[in-house]
Amino acid sequence: MPADTQQKPVDRRWQRIIQTMLRHNNQSDALIETLHTVQETYGYLDPAVLAAVADRLGIPPARVFGVATFYNHFSLKPKGDHTLVICTGTACHVRGNDQILAWVKEQYHLTPGQTSADNRLSLVEARCVGACALAPVILCDGVLTGKKGYKETTAIIEEWLGHAS
Amino acid sequence: MPREKIDRITAEHRWFLDQFNYHILVCAGLGCPGNDDILRALGQTVRNRQLTDEVLIRKVGCMGLCSAGPLVLIRPGDLMYQKVQPEDAEEIIASLGKKPVERLLLSPDLAFFTRQHKNVLRLSGRIDPESLPDYLVAGGYQALLQALFAMQPTDILRCIQESGLRGRGGAGYPTGLKWSTVARAQGSPKYLICNADEGDPGAFMDRSLLESTPYAILEGMTVAAYAVGASEGFIYVRAEYPLAVQRLKRAIRDAEQNNLLGHSICGSNLNFRVQIRLGAGAFVCGEETALIRSIEGRRGLPRPRPPYPAEKGLRGRPTLINNVETYANIPSVITNGPEWWARLGTDKSRGTKVFALTGTIRNTGLIEVPMGMPLREIVYDIGGGLPGGHALKAVQTGGPSGGCIPAALLDTPVTYESLNELGSIMGSGGMIVIDDSASMVDIVTYFMAFCRDESCGKCTPCRVGTAQIHNLLTKFQNRKATMADLEMLEWLCDLVRNTSLCGLGQSAPNPVLSALRFFRQEFLDCILTDQNHEEVRP
Repeated sequence: MPADTQQKPVDRRWQRIIQTMLRHNNQSDALIETLHTVQETYGYLDPAVLAAVADRLGIPPARVFGVATFYNHFSLKPKGDHTLVICTGTACHVRGNDQILAWVKEQYHLTPGQTSADNRLSLVEARCVGACALAPVILCDGVLTGKKGYKETTAIIEEWLGHAS
Repeated sequence: MPREKIDRITAEHRWFLDQFNYHILVCAGLGCPGNDDILRALGQTVRNRQLTDEVLIRKVGCMGLCSAGPLVLIRPGDLMYQKVQPEDAEEIIASLGKKPVERLLLSPDLAFFTRQHKNVLRLSGRIDPESLPDYLVAGGYQALLQALFAMQPTDILRCIQESGLRGRGGAGYPTGLKWSTVARAQGSPKYLICNADEGDPGAFMDRSLLESTPYAILEGMTVAAYAVGASEGFIYVRAEYPLAVQRLKRAIRDAEQNNLLGHSICGSNLNFRVQIRLGAGAFVCGEETALIRSIEGRRGLPRPRPPYPAEKGLRGRPTLINNVETYANIPSVITNGPEWWARLGTDKSRGTKVFALTGTIRNTGLIEVPMGMPLREIVYDIGGGLPGGHALKAVQTGGPSGGCIPAALLDTPVTYESLNELGSIMGSGGMIVIDDSASMVDIVTYFMAFCRDESCGKCTPCRVGTAQIHNLLTKFQNRKATMADLEMLEWLCDLVRNTSLCGLGQSAPNPVLSALRFFRQEFLDCILTDQNHEEVRP
């Protein structure tokens, strides 16, 4: 077996990931569960960590990369300090969230999936967060706001970014 | 005996609950944001007034009427308060046993509540979703005990078959038939999967059930495991539903600790354990073969059927896959009997169905009605009609795989068959009310963009077809389409529908075809003709 221990990230966070894999007996079908833990711990899927995961689960790195890019939930890039999630489910679309999306694009020059240059804000488009009765829905760092019109919603985002540090 | 243990827990908890003169139930679902603050304020007020021996404050699941949330229910008396804020706590506590707080009171005669028939949602918003004793006091796990100690697996299969229950995930395949196939299939171990990958945007029935009554789903799964002989179960749930995942985890842990999951459940010879698998944001994983691959830790690519998962599913073994709502229906079918259950609904579509009522409508929220109820009653009686003087244009059902029912056909009863006839589908139960200000061309373009993005890319018709259909629709949106484009659109829709590998591609053209059927004029209006050119001239 090749000596690859030098490349492995050895810290506490990596220990958490090892535990997830151990819970599934290091079986290859633990891959998605493991990637969830990686994203939770590191905030994104770090290439070095992905390589280490592939090695430990005994699967080709290409398959790990394939799975990591197939699912929308996984991000290969680090997120900004704050995350704005805009729901684009049908109910939110009908209630005008596309206008909010356009506003964010104009105001902060961000399209979904991008992070601002100063690493302050990441914009994420959610397929549906399941709070359709509160449409249109946005989440500012995980805090849900709904049932507000265009003006109110944009004001909430501005205030949140003004206050958030 | 474990059965006695259950009876003891139930009796003790009932005694505990009965000590209090008042129960204040606060909705703690995702649909009522800010409920933490309300719970805290109510708790503080009760402590300040030294009423802790009299008043019990509890967090419960979804009460249904999300548009009036956050909701608080006072028992006894079933007084429901709407749009409660933490500042209202003093007034609510002071009013206990006196005149209710009129300004917050929601009339109990509201058609939203009286016209519904709650079966799956019976306990939703009435019990603490994180308390097993609560579920037991409400009659929970009686179905499992009855199944384990008074019925053989074949009795259960017969019971489910006689009830006529059909899968609540969308396609409406007879549940009893599916169970029998898995029970007969050769191979071991057998697996059981609960499909909680509610990807359809605009639908949140499964989220609400998982958040409100997780034990009922586990109970339904355990009964199913006994009936088909499965030893291992998986709940595949979306990562976008963190609260549901958290409550499920807790429910599984509690059930394991009380011998309601795990080895020799309740002293019987049934061994069944359940694990959670998190989805990662791929709509195609709602398709059963893609979902199975995803549980195996791979990309969620569907494969051709047959063989069906009932014969060759997870790890090549017989696998039973049902939707969350289907499992949630099982306990009541067992305890009340198939005849009771079959009396609800219509002949071919029996029982009740949960719908997520959203869009331009007054009462948005979660409802449960007997199958066969006309759409008009759902929209105007339960939903309270459209706000702000808008007129109804269409009701969209089935999400990106479904279609639109125009206002003229609003008397259609909601059944699997009648919706199919109109080119839509029941789907998992999303119902989006569209008003006259919306453009159908815009809405179908939105759905097609969704399908294009979510196509897994395995088969060409879906991967290329959805992108091309979307391109054509954008031409319509920009009013640059021609008659040839319309022909091409219809031809492509037909092609994608008939040649795609899985349900995603096969149903992706549905919204377009349905809109072309009922709102063709809107598409024709977007076509560039010589006449249009003349109209543009001053």
